[in-house]
This record gives sequence, structure tokens and C-alpha cells, in this order.
Amino acid sequence: MESIGVLMACPMNTYLEQELERRFNLFKFWTVSDKTQFLKAQQNNIRAVVGNATAGADAELIDALPKLEIVSSFSVGLDKVDVAKCKEKGVRVTNTPDVLTDDVADLAIGLMLAVLRRLCESDRYVRSGKWKKGDYKLTTKFTGKTVGIIGLGRIGMAVAKRAEAFSCPINYYSRTEKPNLKYKYYPSVVELASNCHILVVACPLTEETRHIINREVIDALGPKGVLINIGRGPHVDERELLSALVEGRLGGAGLDVFENEPHVPEELFGLENVVLMPHVGSGTVETRKTMADLVLGNLEAHFLNKPLLTPVV
Amino acid sequence: MPTEEERPVVLIHRIPSLKQPLASLSERFTLLDPLLHSADSTHSFLSRHASSVRAILCLGPSPLTSDTLSLLPALEIVVGSTAGIDHVDLQECRRRGILVTNAGNAFSEDGADYVVGLLVDVLRRVSSIDRFVRNGLWPDHGAYPLGSTLGGKRVGIVGLGSIGSEVAKRLVPFGCSIAYTSRKKKPGVSYPFYANVSGLAADSDVLIVCCALTEETHHMINKDVMTALGKEGVIINVGRGALIDEKELVHFLVRGELGGAGLDVFEDEPHVPKELLTLDNVVLSPHIAVLTAESFAALEQVVIGNLEAFFSNKPLLSPVKLE
Repeated sequence: MESIGVLMACPMNTYLEQELERRFNLFKFWTVSDKTQFLKAQQNNIRAVVGNATAGADAELIDALPKLEIVSSFSVGLDKVDVAKCKEKGVRVTNTPDVLTDDVADLAIGLMLAVLRRLCESDRYVRSGKWKKGDYKLTTKFTGKTVGIIGLGRIGMAVAKRAEAFSCPINYYSRTEKPNLKYKYYPSVVELASNCHILVVACPLTEETRHIINREVIDALGPKGVLINIGRGPHVDERELLSALVEGRLGGAGLDVFENEPHVPEELFGLENVVLMPHVGSGTVETRKTMADLVLGNLEAHFLNKPLLTPVV
Repeated sequence: MPTEEERPVVLIHRIPSLKQPLASLSERFTLLDPLLHSADSTHSFLSRHASSVRAILCLGPSPLTSDTLSLLPALEIVVGSTAGIDHVDLQECRRRGILVTNAGNAFSEDGADYVVGLLVDVLRRVSSIDRFVRNGLWPDHGAYPLGSTLGGKRVGIVGLGSIGSEVAKRLVPFGCSIAYTSRKKKPGVSYPFYANVSGLAADSDVLIVCCALTEETHHMINKDVMTALGKEGVIINVGRGALIDEKELVHFLVRGELGGAGLDVFEDEPHVPKELLTLDNVVLSPHIAVLTAESFAALEQVVIGNLEAFFSNKPLLSPVKLE
């Protein structure tokens, strides 16, 4: 397979990069200065694209690669891949479902605890030498708080399962009510936000879910409410979120994703009630290796004419 | 509500920096607070009121020594407001037959929540990565060290009391396996029991320290235990600083012989070893694991309940067994 051209969209994982280099003819798109010229020159060589949550395969790239057969994404969300276009052109698409579910759910709970109990703020406080005896602020208890989940898919369910061990009542919103669930369903995000203390975004990013967290939802969540976003940045209207946090209309936020990554609004840097992560929901050594092996396994299966491991298209 | 004359007398014992947070106490009891009578020294204040004081409320970790106790010949009960009461001279209390109560379960859930928070923080590097983002390093650096997954971690709990059992319950859905050590094997508990902490450490990826500080548990997390835990191992301490040999802990962390630590307590609070302040694999916290608005409300109920039970000769809510 060494002759098969594979285009990696952006840097994502050292192990994956090394393995792709060993097994295929790897092109690293981010090292190319003149991308148009490069695509013209390599259009007949590149048969696979490897992307992730930062860069994938949009319509333009797909059109520029007539020999493209497969897009294998190092992510579960496929918002950077034009899936419809792939379908139309007969390009296969794979993602990395399931393997990152637990890590993302773990981080969601970690962010809830970090925001409510001010973990990062406390760590900064001690490191800066400000600790004097008796000088403390009371924080907010997590156990028993109502958790509202937007999107009760694999990740949403894993968050719910964990939060239940903290005696948190679980409410949720999704397009349709799920049968046989003990969790309470709300038919709109605003109603869900009015009926929870902590709101978690765990749905895929689509046209319909873009800015699903808008001003109305934030105000429904209120000055004691906490927003956790482990989905995608554009799920949240970031300007509205900023003004709500700055004006104290929202209690706090734990954010793993942002609208314009890697750029994080600087207004957030001085706030005590936010925790900021650079899109590391699946960022553990163990899971990134498993995800990389899935990408490699899907590519090899495809080029050996075997069934794909985790096909989407 | 009793009238003012009927209200039983309760002596408040506190270090000056601790404000009295339990507002509704004064509706039920006549509170004597030596620190509010600055004209008097505490000693002469106590001597003057000594004969009327049957109950003392010890706020936070204020040390209650045998010297202070000796000024109070009529004392029958020490109502504590913390989970651990190692700051009270328990031997002296036992000798004199003074009853002692603690915070009971008021803090268990918050303590357990904080343990999980510290553990996720250390393993997933939340505080260190938050610092990275706030320092504006994401756009240029892009890469940061990956964390480690919680799933499959073997968690050893040192002291399966009220906080320890709440920790175990919370960590099971994260895919962690639980084992524990305590003075005795707990009946009806299915988690594997280890008779000593070194054995537990050898079979664990994470040690959660949440037992009471006593003479036996002082420095129980020593060099041997840390060696047994190994260089990927993580220690979380929400018990007391002196449960760990802090000098050794600092050595192990600085030399990379331990994976990381989440510490809410220290041997010489509020002093934190300066070597720890620059390490990215530790999370530091100023002894606030149980300080939430909700737990203080719960504590108030426990304190009032214990005092009312005492003054009406009913069973105490959260008596401490003195051995």
C-alpha cells in the first residue's frame, strides 16, 4: 500500500502520523504552502483523506481530488466533512465512534466539578501564594444538582450514567423522545434549560444545532446555571455566552470547544467561573491510540476490499 | 423556641480567623464566645464561666487542648464541626468521659465529589491545561501533554468511611475498579480488602487518602507506599496533610517517581512546599474539599441536632467512638 496517496489535513497525533507514513504515501497538507498547485499536481495520486474536528474534507477539497475513495476522520463528529457530497460521489466516510465516549463523558463531569467547586481557581490561588488560613469562599455542591443533556446519544448517555452516581436527576432534549428511559424529556432546549442547573451540549453539530445555545437558552439557565460544552464550538452563540458571563447572567461555564479554535475569546481569561480546555475531550494517551488504530484499520480495510470497521457512508 | 433564660449555654471555641457561620444557633442556645469579649483574656473568661459550661462547640480545626479542657470542670460534650477531629485532645476527652461528636455525614458527599474532581483534574490535566489556554498558548503551541483515561484505573481507597464509600460509588460508572484498606474489613462490602496500605498501593493506579488522622495513621503514606504505587501512580489526599510524609511526596513528585497528585491538605497549612507550585502534574487546593454552601447548611442541622439531643438526654446524631 506504500504507493497509495493519503492526505492528512492537519497535525493531530504523532503516532497516527508515523504509522500513516510507514504504510502509505503520506502528504501533510499543513506543510504545503501553495495548496491549489499541490492539489493539481497530486490529484491523481490522493485516494484518501484523514481529517479530524479541526480540518476534514469540504466540497472544494472533494472536488479537487477526483481519485478520492475514502475520508477517514480521527473524530466522532463529522462536521468538517461534507458527508452529503461524499455520498453523492461514492466516497466512503468513517469516524471513530464509541472509543472516545468514556473520555468525553469523564471530562464533562470533570468540567462540572471544576466549575462548581472552583478547582482551577483554587489551584491558581494556592500557586500564587495567596492562601491564608480562614480565607475561603464557599463553593457550590455538585451532588444532587439537576443535569440537562442536549442530545442523548452515546456521549449523552455516558454523561447521564456518571451523573446518576452523584444522585443528579437527569433531564434531556433530543429531536424525539427516547422510549423506555427514566430520564425526563423536554421538547425544547429552552424548557430543558429552565429545568436544570447544569446544561450539557452533547449533540452532533448540524445546520439545526448551530447556535442551539442562544441568548434565550442562556437566560433560561440563569445566573446560577452552568453550561458545559463538550460538543462543538458553533453549538454556542459565543458572543451571547461572553456577555452573559461578563454580566453575571450565567453562573459559569466549562468549555472544551470554541467557535474559532484555536482562538479563545480573551474576555474569558480573567473569569473565575469558567474552565477552558483546548478541545481535549478525547485527549488521553489510551484513547488517541485507539482512535488512530481505527483510522488505520478503516483505511487498510478499504484498500484491501474488506468491510470498513466504522463506516458512516 | 425557648426564651432567653431557658436557652442552654454553649461555649464557642474557635481560632480568631474562623467566623461563626452557624447563624441559627443563637435562636436556640446562649452562645458564649470568648473572642467577642476582648477585654477579657480567653483564660479568665473561661475561668469565670467554667462552672456553667456543659457543652462546647469547636469550630473548624481550632485546636482543643487538654489545657483548655482543664479549665472546664463541668464539660460533658465537645460538639465538633468537622469530619476529622484530630485537633481535639481525644485521649483527654476519653479519660474524663466527655462525649465528642463530629460533622457526621454533612460533608461526605462534598468530600467525595471533590475527590472525583481532583482525580479527573490530575488524570486529564484540567487545571494545568486551563492555565495553558488562559496564557494564550493554544494558537502557537497547539500540542500539550495528553492526559490519561479514568476507565480501567485501579483505585485504592485508604479509609472506607463515609467519604470513602461515597467516592467508591461515584467512581464505578467511570469504569474504575475499587479496592480498600481500613482497620478492619467492612462487613457487607464487596470491594476487595487489603490488610495494609502497601499491599493496596502495589495493586493500585490511584490511592485516595480519606481516613482519620490518628497516631497510627500519621505518615501512613510513606516512602514504601509511594514506591509500591509506582511512577505512573496518582495520590489524592482530602484527609489530613500529616497522613502523608510530605517531604517524601515532594521528592517523589519532583524526581518523576510518582505520576501526579491532587492535594487539598498539607502538613503545615497554609504553607505549601514551594517545589509543588511549579509542577504541572499536581493540583493544589486550600483545604476546601467540603466547603460548600449546601454542606454548611447540613452541618448546622447536625450541630443543632447533637446539641439538642445532648441537652434533652437523647441519643446523639454523630457520636465519635473514643478508643
